[in-house]
Amino acid sequence: MFGKLTWDAIPFHDPIPLVTSLVVILVVLGVGIWVWRNGWWPALYHGYITSTDHKKIGIMYIVLALLMLVRGFADAIMMRLQQSLAIGASQGYLPPEHYNQIFSAHGTIMIFFVAMPFVIGFMNFVVPLQLGVRDVAFPTMNNVSFWLTASGALLVNISLFLGEFSRTGWLAYPPLSELEFSPGVGVDYYLVALQISGVGTVLTAVNFVTTILKTRAPGMSYLRMPVFCWTSLASNLIILAAFPVLTVSLALLMLDRYLGFHFFTNDGGGNSMLYMNLIWVWGHPEVYILVLPAFGIYSEVAATFSGKPLFGYRSMVFATMVICIVSLMVWLHHFFTMGAGANINAIFGIASMIIGIPTGVKIYNWLFTMYGGRVRFTVPMYYLIGFMLTFVGGGLTGVLLAIPPVDFVVHNSLFLVAHFHHVIIGGVVFALMAGYTYWFPKAFGFTLDERLGKMICWCWFIGFHLAFMPLYVIGFWGGTRRLQHISDPSWAPWLNVALLGAVIIGVGIVLTVVQLLYSIKTRDQRRDVTGDPWDGRTLEWLTLSPPPHYNFAVLPDVHGEEAYWIRKQTAIKQDALIDEPDYQPIEMPIDTPTGVICAFFASLCGFAVIWHIWWLAILGLVGAFAVFVWYAWQDEHEHIIPVEEVRANARERRRIRMEHLHTLSQST
Amino acid sequence: MTNEAATIGLTHGASEDTGLGHRGPESKSIVVPYGFWLFVLSDMVLFSALFATYATLAHATDGGPTSNQLFDRNLVAVETLALLISSFTCGLAMIAAKRGNMLWTQGWLLVTGLLGAVFLFIELYEFATMIGEGAGPQRSAFLSAFFTLVGCHGAHVTVGLLWIGTMMAQIWAKGFREHIMRRLLCLSVFWHALDIIWVAIFTIVYLIGTLP
Repeated sequence: MFGKLTWDAIPFHDPIPLVTSLVVILVVLGVGIWVWRNGWWPALYHGYITSTDHKKIGIMYIVLALLMLVRGFADAIMMRLQQSLAIGASQGYLPPEHYNQIFSAHGTIMIFFVAMPFVIGFMNFVVPLQLGVRDVAFPTMNNVSFWLTASGALLVNISLFLGEFSRTGWLAYPPLSELEFSPGVGVDYYLVALQISGVGTVLTAVNFVTTILKTRAPGMSYLRMPVFCWTSLASNLIILAAFPVLTVSLALLMLDRYLGFHFFTNDGGGNSMLYMNLIWVWGHPEVYILVLPAFGIYSEVAATFSGKPLFGYRSMVFATMVICIVSLMVWLHHFFTMGAGANINAIFGIASMIIGIPTGVKIYNWLFTMYGGRVRFTVPMYYLIGFMLTFVGGGLTGVLLAIPPVDFVVHNSLFLVAHFHHVIIGGVVFALMAGYTYWFPKAFGFTLDERLGKMICWCWFIGFHLAFMPLYVIGFWGGTRRLQHISDPSWAPWLNVALLGAVIIGVGIVLTVVQLLYSIKTRDQRRDVTGDPWDGRTLEWLTLSPPPHYNFAVLPDVHGEEAYWIRKQTAIKQDALIDEPDYQPIEMPIDTPTGVICAFFASLCGFAVIWHIWWLAILGLVGAFAVFVWYAWQDEHEHIIPVEEVRANARERRRIRMEHLHTLSQST
Repeated sequence: MTNEAATIGLTHGASEDTGLGHRGPESKSIVVPYGFWLFVLSDMVLFSALFATYATLAHATDGGPTSNQLFDRNLVAVETLALLISSFTCGLAMIAAKRGNMLWTQGWLLVTGLLGAVFLFIELYEFATMIGEGAGPQRSAFLSAFFTLVGCHGAHVTVGLLWIGTMMAQIWAKGFREHIMRRLLCLSVFWHALDIIWVAIFTIVYLIGTLP
């Protein structure tokens, strides 16, 4: 009846997961009751859960990412604590089977459920606004994508309470991840969760490539798109080319585990190196899926806070697209030790180093954007500078690792761990925090506290260097990654410094919560009434904060790069807005519970597959198909916003903007 | 002055032509099939990974039967013919739908679905025979790769059949409305794409696999 699911699945004997999951369940219930007692359920249901508005969906993605960041960070600090404690005679507080689950969960969660939703959240929120349009190409599918991602995150977190998580590292290499060596449900949780969220990600890519290539404001040609849109395009093209390969690699491993196939097994002619190749054909481009939009965020920040157009816009676009293509041709550098031969290793080594060239172009472009500009040292600018200082170092150790003989020495060591945290924290996380601060007022109509923001930035910057520079050193000495116990006591001081760094990052994360609560409390003093708090240059600053559902009453006509900046400067010079346009009624997609119901059935089906409850799996599949047909059968997918409402809102916006521009033109 | 005012104008009418897709958002009849094309491309990437897997493992027979011993060119020829003709009838259904002819549209869709079912039936027959001979997917890495690649195509055909059935019901109930026509176009793109993938399977798996 319930497959492999029995009472033994609940970790009664294991206090850490038991207490944690009870606390999580209580907190979730508590928040639910709190929302219900305040009467916020209808607003939550109609405003967010069933919303097809790209801005609301973007916010949901980022909320998911921040929640999962806390989970992933809890794993990180547990690992650092274990490595500081389990030295020499001491065994620390985490037994190996638990420790192995923690490092697997940390990697899986941080990449799939923190970095990805955070980046996709920004794409959702920003891209349609920057393109000057009202929504993405497929708004309902967008909602489905989000809920499928959330469904994957849910399954990973259920593993804390029911059963176990994978103990095989974040990429579940066979043969260790085969049934023979990992008979539990851990690897199945990993596989199923990633399959479900992966479907969501591919649908997102279809959506955004279509949006960027087919729906832009009149006059916005390719070379007038903001750089964030370009990097989002590149990132989504990579998703489209790489994620299906992830789907295949995970599906083949599932076939091995569930049906006794022989793709990667030791017997039957299986070939585990095939899995390494397939997973890294996805895995390496994945890095660029994350970092390219991050580069886009830095570009927006650099131009806005230097008060200058981005230096070398076209070279930036070109560099982005070069990285987009070359990123698909370097996967083998993750296993030079496979023994493919000197020539193949050399080709992939050189291809990997080539990526350094367009990236270098970008660094110089940001530097030259700042050069000669009137730089405002706001929080996003702090992150930009911190990023440039940090990322160059991470890039250099990357070039080192791209040299096959060097890689043979430090392969699978803490040196590698330090390297990829160097580029992912220094490159991606800093950008996400910068973007969070930069676009927060656009989303909610008030800014985040600047002083706390700078403290958070310092926490990340100092914490990161303290946490990971020691790992380079230990890695050079031969320290392998994923050690549950350290036998060499001379590493202790370095590991303690790393722990201190992790604690400082933790302080930064706590301060992020404090900053959010404090900024909400003092929101009346920090309102963004104009819609343009940073003196921006791209179209998202043209609307009010928060923007209306339809973003723009009339789609803006674009006449050059930096569409909004030109328009603003002309209006200031003339001390007048352009003539009031002829407003039309606007057709917008209606809210739909399709996404959340689909994800419900997907979660049900996924859970059933993990625990071998076959009747439930079939029920889940049939349910998902029924929802799909039901949705397709509906006739009404849009509603009309009457012209009176559009006109009234637009006039109010024009009045506010007129006042604002008037003060600006007086001050110049 | 007037020139400058025009360059920042919120005129909703004609904007300057930069020649690079700039006239504002495309209509749904462009956007929807375009998005579906992208999805089909990602599906092709999925199959390419399966082809790569098959190519890697094609000789990893673990002492079990090889492709030469298993595949029957004649059976596959019939199978291929059924699928290729179904692509043609799918095209005929599209022409009938464009003309708004309910009877012929339904008829050709039905024929398409039946031919798809014939294809699927032969494939299942082949699978069952092989498994019966002890050449199931658990026998060797080569057979795992074969059943997965061909089976994944078969699963796509099954989804296509479900879709054809749903579309026939929708056309029957709602007629040739704009959004129904868009879906019909996507269906035909999907069905033809399955044909293209089958041609590759036919060549790489069956033709090369039965070379003497």
